[in-house]
Amino acid sequence: MIVVALLLVAACATTAVLVRDPVHQALVLAVLGTVLAVLFTVLQAPDVALSQLAVGSALTPLLMLLAVRKVKRPRRHKGDER
Amino acid sequence: MNRRTRLWLVAVGGAGLAALLVAACLELPDFGGDRHPYGDRAVHESLARHTANTIASVNFDQRALDTLGEISILFAAVVGCVVLLRQTRDEHRARPRPADVARPVRRYALAVLPVALLTGLYVIAHGQLSPGGGFQGGVAAATALHLLYLGADYRTLERIRPVGLYEVGDALAVSAYLVTGLACLIGAGSFLANTLLPYGTFNTLSSGGTVPLLNAAVGMEVACAVVVLLARFLDQAVEIVEENGT
Repeated sequence: MIVVALLLVAACATTAVLVRDPVHQALVLAVLGTVLAVLFTVLQAPDVALSQLAVGSALTPLLMLLAVRKVKRPRRHKGDER
Repeated sequence: MNRRTRLWLVAVGGAGLAALLVAACLELPDFGGDRHPYGDRAVHESLARHTANTIASVNFDQRALDTLGEISILFAAVVGCVVLLRQTRDEHRARPRPADVARPVRRYALAVLPVALLTGLYVIAHGQLSPGGGFQGGVAAATALHLLYLGADYRTLERIRPVGLYEVGDALAVSAYLVTGLACLIGAGSFLANTLLPYGTFNTLSSGGTVPLLNAAVGMEVACAVVVLLARFLDQAVEIVEENGT
């Protein structure tokens, strides 16, 4: 069980590094957060798992998506003008 | 200092750190064992103070000062975010249009919202009894509020979420933590010492002395902080531009 969870975490983390698009990265990060929460639960640390679930898989990706949205906007306007 | 000296300094420092880490790791208790010197002592202490959740006891009793540091960091981060993401002179505020939301999304979001909010509040309230606590519950409750953005639209969210009040709530909660600590200093002789209030009956909501109070303060602080943070980010992402939607 622990080994499976560890392997999943490693796979997700590698994917997060390899994916280049920030939006996809945010989504992969959310999945990574959930998998990490599973790992912590398996390791009998429900408190940490709850924090990880709340912050890692909901809050951080949400903030990242909002930031990406803000950063990308002017570029799109420039594209419209052209 | 030239490049070569700096590299040497980094190499020496890194090697020292690595050696110390390896030495420390060799002394660690075995992985997965059921005896742990620190764990045993922490559990003993928390049971002596009628706190069912040892983690809560470590966070809000044995290491309450560390938690004060953590909530101060969060508070400082929120203040910095509010200052950085304010509306500057060359930006204008565009009212986002009401958005059309697909009916299943709306139904699902509005059905889940109260459940998620209640779960968050439950986790805060039972921090000293079951896994979770102020931090986890606060984040959950604050994130739950934003389901309204998915289910309805940004204007509805703004109507039920006066950011100013949450900023005040954030500051109040940090002060509440400090005041509790000072009350302990005056009443019990040392800062944040959990000897002031009666410990109560084991495994009830009011057990654990000051633990539930500090836990509630942290819950309020985190919930307000997350709401303010998300509000600032949403402001930047949604309100300063024309379009709406997710």
